[in-house]
Amino acid sequence: MSLKQKDIAALLDEPACSHNSKAKSGCAKPKPGATAGGCSFDGAQIALLPIADVAHIVHGSIACAGNSWDNRGTRSSGPTLFKLGMTTDLTEQDVIMGRGEKRLFHGIKQAIDSYQPAAVFVYNTCVPALIGDDVDAVCKAATERWGTPVVSVDAAGFYGTKNLGNRIAGETMVKQVCGGREPDPLPPGIEHDGFKVHDVSLVGEYNIAGELWRVLPLFDELGLRVLCTLSGDARFREVQTMHRSQVNMMVCSKAMINVARKLQESFGTPWFEGSFYGVNDVSQALRDFARIIGDPDLTARTEALIAREEARVDQLLEPWRQRLAGKRVLLYTGGVKSWSIVAALQDLGMTVVASGTRKSTEDDKARIRELMGEDAVLLDDGNPRALLDMCKAQKVDILIAGGRNMYTALKARMPFLDINQERDFGYAGYAGMLELARQLCLTIESPIWSAVRSAPPWATAAPSSAPPASADIALPATEPRSPSAQTSDA
Amino acid sequence: MPKQTTGPTIVKRNKALSVSPLKASSTLGATLAFLGLHRSIPMLHGSQGCTAFGKIFFIQHFRDPMPMQTTAMDQVSTIMGGDDSVVEGLATICAKHAPALIGVPTTGLVETQGSDIRRAVRQFRERHPEYADVAVVPVSTPDYVGCLESGFNAAVKAIIEELVPKATAAGTRPGNRQRQVNVLAGSHLTVGDIEYLKDLLERFHLRPLLITDISDSLDGHLADTDFSPLTIGGTRLDELRTAGDSVATLVIGRSMKGAADALAERTGVPDYRLPHLMGLEAVDGLITILFEISAEPVPELITRQRSQLQDAMLDAHFSVGQGRFAVAADGDLLAAFSELLASMGADTVAAVAPANGPSLKHVVADEVRIGDLEDLELAARAKSAEVMICNSHGAQTAERLGIPLLRAGFPQYDLVGGYQRCWIGYQGTRQTLFDLANIMLGLEKGEIHPYRSCLKQWSDAERAA
Repeated sequence: MSLKQKDIAALLDEPACSHNSKAKSGCAKPKPGATAGGCSFDGAQIALLPIADVAHIVHGSIACAGNSWDNRGTRSSGPTLFKLGMTTDLTEQDVIMGRGEKRLFHGIKQAIDSYQPAAVFVYNTCVPALIGDDVDAVCKAATERWGTPVVSVDAAGFYGTKNLGNRIAGETMVKQVCGGREPDPLPPGIEHDGFKVHDVSLVGEYNIAGELWRVLPLFDELGLRVLCTLSGDARFREVQTMHRSQVNMMVCSKAMINVARKLQESFGTPWFEGSFYGVNDVSQALRDFARIIGDPDLTARTEALIAREEARVDQLLEPWRQRLAGKRVLLYTGGVKSWSIVAALQDLGMTVVASGTRKSTEDDKARIRELMGEDAVLLDDGNPRALLDMCKAQKVDILIAGGRNMYTALKARMPFLDINQERDFGYAGYAGMLELARQLCLTIESPIWSAVRSAPPWATAAPSSAPPASADIALPATEPRSPSAQTSDA
Repeated sequence: MPKQTTGPTIVKRNKALSVSPLKASSTLGATLAFLGLHRSIPMLHGSQGCTAFGKIFFIQHFRDPMPMQTTAMDQVSTIMGGDDSVVEGLATICAKHAPALIGVPTTGLVETQGSDIRRAVRQFRERHPEYADVAVVPVSTPDYVGCLESGFNAAVKAIIEELVPKATAAGTRPGNRQRQVNVLAGSHLTVGDIEYLKDLLERFHLRPLLITDISDSLDGHLADTDFSPLTIGGTRLDELRTAGDSVATLVIGRSMKGAADALAERTGVPDYRLPHLMGLEAVDGLITILFEISAEPVPELITRQRSQLQDAMLDAHFSVGQGRFAVAADGDLLAAFSELLASMGADTVAAVAPANGPSLKHVVADEVRIGDLEDLELAARAKSAEVMICNSHGAQTAERLGIPLLRAGFPQYDLVGGYQRCWIGYQGTRQTLFDLANIMLGLEKGEIHPYRSCLKQWSDAERAA
């Protein structure tokens, strides 16, 4: 373990994070027997895996890579190398004999020889961290030996939570990768009278289900070149140029707030927090870029684009608003997403009766209260029992949460929408709102709910020899009453 | 294909990096076994990610919530010792959820650290006598040893040693319960397979006692209650205590040897060990045993199903015969498929298992590689495989190879209902053969493409086209 206790403390002590003001550190210690969520390695891997042309090697025993590879929704417009799970898959002999470093060194060579990656990222994990493999040294030696950049990401699981892992990953990029190269010159013929291209970066945008591609055309139209997203659909060579961006946007997450802050410290890059969920937030994000860049022409074009897009999407959303009006939502998701999605749902005419705030800061909570009114229910403890009780008490029509809670809702026969990492649909941008509305209607208006909530007819009917009145027969006559239940030949 | 007399060459791993891993950890295998007990919850002794990854792994496969917890090892407990984390975790779960059982599989982290899990559980017993009625079963399953299959066996063995009393101590006697049969179902059997197996035993008027029974807990049913932090089905602990009274034990899968030996040694119940239940010969073996144990005539329906399978073999052999298959799976499942394919005259031209196991030497193939899906891809390409059989991780590989994939094994995250598919018995085998035949027909083997002679008397329109 090369990451020192004081380094971890420094990462947890994030001055730009408002979690910091109350407790000693931003992230609470996990409690044995009552803990949910991933480890630091999980967080580091999630944060960087979308960099598509990198060979991502997990240095450790099989569980870390074997149980988790290829289960994320992030998408690439080009290379698919990131989708290959790679691991040193340490054996008992490796652990006992201390052969981990050697295996890693050869493993890096194997990855370079077989797949010619733009770079290799090596993720340290618990077992090698504990036996003291010097992953940094191996990566340095490998870089020198084979001429491909090899980056050590030291975020073993036991260092702490997923959130800490996000930060370690971000820190690693700022320290070891950003500044490695100057941006490419602009393709000729793009800039013309009054139309100047500005370089920006998006931190914490993971291109889940390809949703980045719903907003990227807007950036192109405005002449905002996205030098790098950290890390959705990114390439290693893009991360190297991140230091040259004029503005950084922290997208929907406090997790990599240290990246934005460090880039500001080192390169003076201003940054802001924003979101691409909901019509108002998309517009606000675009306005913030224009405001900070301060190019009057850009500002004018941004306002024109916003007016056009808002009018267009407003019209398209109208029929959906009628279907969703007055529907009651319980939203349980972390951090920034909670307020940003509240706004999006209200925009659709829905009532958000409660919002989860487990990972939200006081700022986030203030914004939620502002949006939902003072009697907004804020749920700090999102255990499944509490969520379901709240749904019942508030007569909720749909639970919106992360994939982990999906089956909690479904087992309780509740409509559900997945809003986190593993989902299959992208909700970002103006067009994303239409997708969101469509998915909400798909589950809320589904005809299955009365059927899945029904008790078997023979369980409720009192045994009686009298034939039931025809009006009592729940099923249409064409559907056979299950005599098959008695004769099923399994 | 003639029956092999010598086993395949087993090629051990010879490269530094595992690419597109096939292996799921032994810790998860143990977790799966614990999930087959009623009102149970596994608490993985490791860092919180071990559980988080495992949880998603199983949720995506079973599409159900998974009761799983963690000892959440952090820097301090990793360096100073994790016993307190185990005690605290156990006490917390007992206080919050009052489970019948907590399984504690270990991970690579705590085994490297040198944790003594039994001592930690003893400490829990000393400090918390108020939870004495909660069973706690620790099992050592570092993920740098074995794979899902071996971890499953290790946990079933630990459950037996902890919860099935010795005949001498409890006064159980084989055959006290004349109709009860213990079943040790290996991890290669799906929920659907186990449901079939139980139903089959009941047709012989036998009462199956599964150790353990994921078909009762992970079968994807809606319970009356809307939420449970524990398993909502599975084998009950009081029933486990009667395993010594059973008339016989059925053991399915060579990987279950350790558990089977432990049960036989503790109870003296005679056992029947079968490598798998796919294909006519294997199922015949099972039915013969049930006929023997039950001393009842084989139900007519079973005989009918056998003849249906024979008919299906006739129908399918034209397309499946000479087929070239690439199969990647844990040992028992790999051996089962290779034997089924061989029985139809098809070849397993590429065979990969994630770890060594007792079944590998029984795989019907020239060579079995212990490796990953990169190994399978290379072998499949070199040997011109036509169809792949593998878990969902094989999807990318099959796409690159340009051949169809039949999904089997863990995990199946891109297939709804994969967990309930029944592969075994006469009926399950029949469906497998139909599916394999249809996949092969889709390849359009032997399709002759039109030849356009330049001398043919084409009309102008046809010549131009």
